[in-house]
Amino acid sequence: MTVSVRIPTQLRTLTAGAGEVQVEGSTVGEVLHALDGAHPGFAPRLFDDDGGLRRFVNVFVADEDVRFLDGLATTVTDGQTVSIVPAVAGG
Amino acid sequence: MDHVTGLRCRECGRQFPAEALHVCDYCFGPLEVDYDYRGIAAVVSRGRIAEGPRSIWRYRDLLPVDDDAPVDLGAGFTPLVRADRLAAELGLGELWIKDDTANPTGSFKDRVVSVALTKARQLGFKVAACASTGNLANSVAAHAARAGMTSVVLIPHDLETAKVTMTAVYGGTVVSVEGTYDDVNRLCAELTSERPTWAFVNVNIRTYYAEGSKTLAFEVAEQLGWEAPDHVVVPIASGSQLTKVAKGFAELGEVGLLDRRPSVRISGAQAAGCSPVATAFAEGADAIRPVKPSTIAKSLAIGNPADGWYALSAIRDSGGGCAAVTDDEIRAGIRLLARTEGIFAETAGGVTIATLAKLAASGVVRRDERVVALVTGHGLKTVEALSPGTGPTVTIAPTLSAFDEAVTVVDDLGGSEDRGATPPPA
Repeated sequence: MTVSVRIPTQLRTLTAGAGEVQVEGSTVGEVLHALDGAHPGFAPRLFDDDGGLRRFVNVFVADEDVRFLDGLATTVTDGQTVSIVPAVAGG
Repeated sequence: MDHVTGLRCRECGRQFPAEALHVCDYCFGPLEVDYDYRGIAAVVSRGRIAEGPRSIWRYRDLLPVDDDAPVDLGAGFTPLVRADRLAAELGLGELWIKDDTANPTGSFKDRVVSVALTKARQLGFKVAACASTGNLANSVAAHAARAGMTSVVLIPHDLETAKVTMTAVYGGTVVSVEGTYDDVNRLCAELTSERPTWAFVNVNIRTYYAEGSKTLAFEVAEQLGWEAPDHVVVPIASGSQLTKVAKGFAELGEVGLLDRRPSVRISGAQAAGCSPVATAFAEGADAIRPVKPSTIAKSLAIGNPADGWYALSAIRDSGGGCAAVTDDEIRAGIRLLARTEGIFAETAGGVTIATLAKLAASGVVRRDERVVALVTGHGLKTVEALSPGTGPTVTIAPTLSAFDEAVTVVDDLGGSEDRGATPPPA
């Protein structure tokens, strides 16, 4: 599967300024690790020591928070968009 | 001159300059304003504050931005009302209501927006934007108009009518989004990356914005004669307000405005239809599990609260409690506050009062404590929540006989009134 990953400002130094990149993967976890493979530096920012998403990282698949889906095991389909969004906002 | 030394990540401690930053670019943790507290202590005093304006700007030494002409509609210095009749109903002793319905746009959001837009203007922003459950939208639109800034406000599509009208009237752009507040918030968080020249007050300006809520603690202490209360009950949406109220009391001790470092118990109030923090508190959990909100308390309907974890920590660290109340309890809370104290609160205020009642009944809020409940928004904003159950007692023809037939009022003398020609007591 090829999916688009939307990158927040804070992480665009890792993608040479690109706000959206294409990577391969069939789950959110695979997509994010593929992202780290193509643009090294994502993994330590996104994952905690146990390999889960950091507390202040939100990931959305087709605009739904993966915490309401199957987390990193959430499956993605060809052409879908995965968004990485800082959790600290709002209120 | 402000006393800000920079921004610091609450999670990993990395330091950043005092710019339009809200998130640590390493771990995504929230940034917090650092101050030179020694410098503040050297200049601040009760007398200097007393000579200041009757607004949040009397505490300018403790705010993250200083300006001789802030973006200001008069936010803050709202009444702190002794609530003996409500206390008697709840079995409490000394109870006070911090009546933030009295703010210029009818909610505590004027405190945070006045700070945020003053800072945004200093940073050179011309556009003020936000994601809002309604109260923030009202306040951003109004303060932007006041400052001559352009406003772009994003709200969920199902807000109360008054909150939409009270935003649109100021002439800015109001974007109604087909989704929940959490959807709106996610959209704004993404938009912040795409519109870097806009000041999203609760996204890229959030670090400064949130500090405005400290003024609730400052005012409560000043209005109690520079004493801290024993216990404060605070509604929780994102959790920012509760966290900053705790910080505010701590700072008063830090800079010497209180005679000793205060020990204030802080309790949180949520609606049962959106209670991720109260649930984590009840379960003793270390993580906040997001929820899909369903409650009449739309201003508190944040299912994925950004500061939920810090609010939970502040409650636990202070020895406070946290509870959630149903929609019926929220309505009853609104009516109870109105009936006993003459204050008409929006649904969030109903949440606070109903939660206060619950915590009092369970002994978490105690009779021997000096208690303050924060009522953060005006009831006119959410009249739908009470109708049709709140209306005329009776409808009659315009005749004396119709009145006599339909109306019986119990007066102070304890019986049905029949005043006739008897003059009222002197």
